[in-house]
Amino acid sequence: MPDHILRMRGITKEFPGVRALDDVNFDVERGTVHALVGENGAGKSTLMKVLSGVYPHGSYEGEILLDSRPCAFRGLRQSEAAGIVIIHQELALIPGMSIAENVFLGNERARRGVIDWHATSDETVRLLEKVGLREDPDTPVNALGVGRQQLVEIAKALAKDVKLLILDEPTAALNETDSENLLRLLRDLRDHGITSILISHKLNEVMAVADAITILRDGRTIETLEVADGVDEDRVIRGMVGRDLDHRYPPRTPEIGDVLFEIEGWNVFHPTVPDRQVVRDASLTVRRGEIVGIAGLMGAGRTELAMSVFGRSYGARISGTLRKDGRELHLATVGDAIAAGLAYVTEDRKELGLLLEEDIRRNVTLANLHRVSRRSVIDLHREVADAEGFLHRLRIKAPGVFTKTGNLSGGNQQKVVLSKWMYTNPDVLILDEPTRGIDVGAKYEIYTIVQRLAAEGKGVLLISSELPELLGMCDRIYVMSQGRITGELGRREATQEAVMRLMTNTPAVAR
Amino acid sequence: MTVVDRPATTPASSGGSSGPRLRGNLRQYGMIAALVVIVVLFEILTDGILLKPLNVTNLIMQNGYVLVLAIGMMLVIINREIDLSVGSVAAFVGAVTGVAIVNWGLPWPLVVVGALVTGGLIGAFQGFWIAYARIPAFIVTLGGMLLFRGLSMVVLQGQSIAPFPSGFRQLGSGFVPEIGAGDLHLVTMLLGLAGAAVIVWNDWRSRARRREYGLSVPAMQWFVLKAVAIVAVIGAFAWVLAVYQGLPIVGLVVIVLTAAYSFVTTSTVVGRHIYAVGGNERAAALSGIATKKTKFWVFVNMGVLAALAGLMFAARLNAATPKAGTNFELDAIAAAFIGGASASGGVGSVVGAIVGGLVMGVMNNGMSLLGLGVDWQQAIKGGVLMLAVAFDVYNKNKSK
Repeated sequence: MPDHILRMRGITKEFPGVRALDDVNFDVERGTVHALVGENGAGKSTLMKVLSGVYPHGSYEGEILLDSRPCAFRGLRQSEAAGIVIIHQELALIPGMSIAENVFLGNERARRGVIDWHATSDETVRLLEKVGLREDPDTPVNALGVGRQQLVEIAKALAKDVKLLILDEPTAALNETDSENLLRLLRDLRDHGITSILISHKLNEVMAVADAITILRDGRTIETLEVADGVDEDRVIRGMVGRDLDHRYPPRTPEIGDVLFEIEGWNVFHPTVPDRQVVRDASLTVRRGEIVGIAGLMGAGRTELAMSVFGRSYGARISGTLRKDGRELHLATVGDAIAAGLAYVTEDRKELGLLLEEDIRRNVTLANLHRVSRRSVIDLHREVADAEGFLHRLRIKAPGVFTKTGNLSGGNQQKVVLSKWMYTNPDVLILDEPTRGIDVGAKYEIYTIVQRLAAEGKGVLLISSELPELLGMCDRIYVMSQGRITGELGRREATQEAVMRLMTNTPAVAR
Repeated sequence: MTVVDRPATTPASSGGSSGPRLRGNLRQYGMIAALVVIVVLFEILTDGILLKPLNVTNLIMQNGYVLVLAIGMMLVIINREIDLSVGSVAAFVGAVTGVAIVNWGLPWPLVVVGALVTGGLIGAFQGFWIAYARIPAFIVTLGGMLLFRGLSMVVLQGQSIAPFPSGFRQLGSGFVPEIGAGDLHLVTMLLGLAGAAVIVWNDWRSRARRREYGLSVPAMQWFVLKAVAIVAVIGAFAWVLAVYQGLPIVGLVVIVLTAAYSFVTTSTVVGRHIYAVGGNERAAALSGIATKKTKFWVFVNMGVLAALAGLMFAARLNAATPKAGTNFELDAIAAAFIGGASASGGVGSVVGAIVGGLVMGVMNNGMSLLGLGVDWQQAIKGGVLMLAVAFDVYNKNKSK
């Protein structure tokens, strides 16, 4: 009989008007990595909040057995005391504090309120060793990259004598190398008896590391698959969406026209570190009706290139030439860029894309209020009508245009951001990681929208860290590495291996 | 296809969007309901003195300048900033006005214009440091608070200057002029009815526009009920003032400013930009909004309104004094927060600021009528401020 560290039986959790979880069963075997997958809104986070006591005992139905003993957590502290630790997508580290201080934050090695720095330091070194991080425990956390910060989070969990580690989208912000390290660490920890629950949208990672996969859909448990039984990604996707996804990218026959937009000899320096050049002599072209990809590892300069082109919203000492339809453009501000027919969908929806406190309507019209106003007075009714048009056309799932964007799921938020930029009627769209953190179904819809825009004769520049996405969507791919464009691949030449080779290619410094 | 299609909305689908909207309105109605409760409470406790025509007139005159400041402060707070200098700026402008009118004998209308310009320049000065030099508004305006308090004493040499000519004093203690000589102030009644008519007519037109765009409109009964309520409330208010000496000039100024700023914040591009910059400055910048310029002008506006408040206060007191405007900034900030502003920016309304200001004003007045000491008044007001904000935060968390 299998040895279950955790059994959640018949969990039902209701919010006003919504049943977020409906009789969910979730069993985790000791000493395994158990993946929890499902579309956004399937109930994964809610289930984990029930487990960790964020939704206290009594606010849900059903029972939780940890080591066969029933639990009634009323808060995070109680669940942590029982050995359950959650690491969220947004890391809970204090940037200015040292690694050691962060590792023991809220769990300080102290005697009568006075911190024992020796014990703190010694134990931190020991914990860092466990997670494979060679850093001085006194290093401030903000001096580390995201990948290493993630490891500090795990060290912090280990400091609490964790038995069951829950990771919510741990690799969303990591590059390939850091992701691999993290996944290896999960397997390591498993071999040392720590059970993990992994929530992830990246199915290739799930397949690589998980022993079992539980699929949630619409607040119900669909099935639990044993990876050892020979499950493949398509099988999992079928479970997640409840239908066969033969094609993850919609079919398309590109109709490519003349050169629409050109960047030539583009140079950008870091805004605060004067000598650091983040983009070096980059040149590229986009034709009408074309979807052009930009591949690259984190820090390759892709976002920096896009933002500096978009009305100099990033960087210093920017030089180079921009042309649209052969005419040179001078874009000193974002306003100029929008007026010239450019749109930039930011990488970070919540921080840079949306007004989360405002409703859908006000977000949609924000970048082009002049379209609904006369002499600076907004026609509020026309605004509602226009926003509703997008709600229907892009199939944004929301009660109405007066819904706050902060209350929408990631995929729907992204559709609102796309609406905002479609509303400016651009000729050139720069999309920076448009499907990050979005579920499979919504991704497909976003791809469809992007292809429709290209079919209208717009030029699309697609920045993405997911190679399959670039290969599936783009007519041409530029690859960046360390601020330079290291190669250009047509649809036929572009393979994962070819792109990866150019991405990791260290360009010669001088020409 | 690049242009937004006329939406194929059915009444049912857009009816769905009225749910959250109604909830938003309910919060605003909740604020007004709180004001009504406080008014009724003090009306009972003071045996009906609170709503006597004389006292209502006093209430308006006592609170006019704080309401003017609260409007400006609301915009500042929506912009996710703060302005601690407004009381001192009001005092400084009052002081300069006193010197210019009383000592130098300049014509008062000219001085009023000059004073408003001065306020704007002070706002521009502070706004420059905040918006362009990126120094936190708390620091800049704390400096401004000390600076202009000091300068008012310098200008007045520690003395009060009085008296002002009667024309100028109208701004603080005058009433709208009357035609005829009945017991009832006719102009006030007419203004009231005209105001009610404009509101009802606007509502009617908005229904027509909504239909034009294929959006759902509230039922006819609703509209009639609302119209009757508006006419009744405004009519009653006008009547109360009309049986005394009519609408104070202060009241007229506040009403006009409230209407104008409500319009600007809800229906113009500038207003939308103010909310966007406060709600998410970086997202606003990446949407092509000139965030620094927006911040700058919000402070210029605050300066002008602070100057206006200073003029109204000096006119009512009939003197320019170096102690004028003490703690006005705190009243204005409290009014904005009681009226639904959020410390994290991007949220609030001009009507909210007025309601918040009136809550404070009615409590001041009511407690004074009850003979409560200033000590207890302060303590109770502080408690109400905390309670109001706590309630708001609680509601917000619940809706998540």
